[in-house]
Amino acid sequence: MPDNFENISGKIRTPILEVRDLSVSFHLLEGVIPAVAGVDMVLNQGEVLGVVGESGCGKSVTAKSVLRIIPCPPGSIDSGTAMFEDRNLLELTEAEMEGVRGNKISMIFQEPMTSLNPAFTVGDQIAEVFRFHRGMKKSEAFERAVEELRRVEIPDPAKRARSYPHQLSGGMRQRAMIAIALACRPRILIADEPTTALDVTIQAQILNLMGQLQTDIGMSIILITHNLGVVASIADRVVIMYAGRVVEEGTIDDIFACHHHPYTHGLLRSVPRLDRPSEDLQEIKGIVPKLNDLPRGCAFSNRCDYVMEQCRQREPVFKPIGSGHKSRCWLENRPW
Amino acid sequence: MVSLSEKKQGYSGEPYLSVTGLKKYFPVGRRSLTGKGAVVKAVDGISFHLKKGQILGLVGESGCGKTTTGRTILRLIEPTDGNIVFDGMDVTHTRDMKALRKKMQFVFQDPYSSLNPRMSIFRILKEPLDNFMGHMSRSDKKDLVVQTLQTVGLTADHMGRFPHEFSGGQRQRVALARSLVCSPELMVCDEPVSALDVSIQAQVINLLKRLKQEYNLSMVFIAHDLAVVEHLCDPIAVMYLGGIVEISPKEELYSSPLHPYTQALLSAVPIPDPVLERQRKVQLLTGDVPSPLNAPSGCTFHPRCPLAGEECRLQRPQLVEIRPGHSAACFKAASP
Repeated sequence: MPDNFENISGKIRTPILEVRDLSVSFHLLEGVIPAVAGVDMVLNQGEVLGVVGESGCGKSVTAKSVLRIIPCPPGSIDSGTAMFEDRNLLELTEAEMEGVRGNKISMIFQEPMTSLNPAFTVGDQIAEVFRFHRGMKKSEAFERAVEELRRVEIPDPAKRARSYPHQLSGGMRQRAMIAIALACRPRILIADEPTTALDVTIQAQILNLMGQLQTDIGMSIILITHNLGVVASIADRVVIMYAGRVVEEGTIDDIFACHHHPYTHGLLRSVPRLDRPSEDLQEIKGIVPKLNDLPRGCAFSNRCDYVMEQCRQREPVFKPIGSGHKSRCWLENRPW
Repeated sequence: MVSLSEKKQGYSGEPYLSVTGLKKYFPVGRRSLTGKGAVVKAVDGISFHLKKGQILGLVGESGCGKTTTGRTILRLIEPTDGNIVFDGMDVTHTRDMKALRKKMQFVFQDPYSSLNPRMSIFRILKEPLDNFMGHMSRSDKKDLVVQTLQTVGLTADHMGRFPHEFSGGQRQRVALARSLVCSPELMVCDEPVSALDVSIQAQVINLLKRLKQEYNLSMVFIAHDLAVVEHLCDPIAVMYLGGIVEISPKEELYSSPLHPYTQALLSAVPIPDPVLERQRKVQLLTGDVPSPLNAPSGCTFHPRCPLAGEECRLQRPQLVEIRPGHSAACFKAASP
């Protein structure tokens, strides 16, 4: 799979999407939940950016805020900018946003059953994209939809276009979702846990397909996942999130071989690995804190093995520790 | 409590749990007048033996029948055919299932739906004691509940709380405590870690490892994640479409898998290390898992198998021991 991806590290990086200081909160009965607190994220042309973190760390909220599909209320985007093609996505009107969503920036979701409309055929749902964004006639759009299904390697696409989502298997539905998302050849694809609901053999097929299509179309991908194996197999750069913050950012080699943040370290050591059999798993102690009840100072301080006095006082700054490698930690050197 | 008449005379007691020719067919749709309707062969003739203190890993993709197998062993679902012998007692035909249930416990996948939201943790843990150990005094029960909570890493303070106050990992600990409280000898765990985040998953895996040693438990551990199974189980059985295709000691299964399905499954697991990922060769399987409603003729894997020949289409291969303790249901593996 990795051979399908050009190594971009040698090339000049041109940012295509720049998220700066994004803060999103949800106003719920139990209080204000700061789901995303000052996230900076840059996606470069032609790269796959992996966004990794556990549930509730704000990875999906960040992506959905960029597309402005956060339900407001209860959600609200409190601050930040998201620059795409010289425009701030967070300030566009709803009509302007409609020209971006599904056209220039597309998203695929984790659960392909709930994100497809059960009342329409798969072909109609792909055709809708062409009719909306390209103003095509119904019959022409449907023909293009069949083409798109062929492109995502669905066998017998003409027949499958007339199927309803419930008639397809999980892997096929995810392929149909990809077909919808890529119909307009977007510049950015946001894939939110695209393979989490799928079996490993199907996951391998979908990742392979995404890799091929990425090189064909020349798009950039934001891959949101909690699976470090998936990230290692297709990402170029990785962003690690914890409690609504980016805690570490770097190329995959930075993150896997010389990570700096104790959370990244803990995450990597807690994953059972097939290539290191029977090694004892190192757990991260404690539980993920509630977002409206974070420890003082560093959000990870109550679970960190290397916690120091200043960690409990002040939140660390997100500082560079190498070229393109940044970490939000007070530690000067890696203790491991 | 178990009547002696149910103990098979002269039974050596060597395999602790012994399952032979287990079948579970679910009727689908309306039955015709002849009483014969379509059936889904969820489990179609599987056999395995488990020694005391072993953890058998049951791996497979969704819909392969692993959960049905687990539930049928405890007769949460009545088997269609086959024999289950546990500790010398015939589970399939016993009339005193209650006495057996004390010794055989089940842990469910989803800790959010398997704990009654209206019961406090104390009541949840006391219920099995009321059920199986009626003779105990209330204070003894309370002591035992506290002790069990401590074994799973919770404290006595948690007793008065309700499930919604706990995180996923803590709930799974409560579910484990509920199974452990009446000192079972066999536990069937149905994907107990797949709903948890990685850092929490490692905590629960380590806990299960420890419990197995402390209680000398035997377990059937159902999972889809091969890396998790590798860390916990020995031996391991791989299921595909209602049948076991390969069963083997742990080391051998991972180092030299015999069945082409196991080989593809193992190669599809991404490794969280970019350097190894670049070298990994994925054996992509074509197509999806067929529906168990109309399973393929002969070997159920033949439509997706790279090695399939004529005999695979016609005849169903039996599980044969190819190396000591290592069996596979494949004509090609048997005679390479």
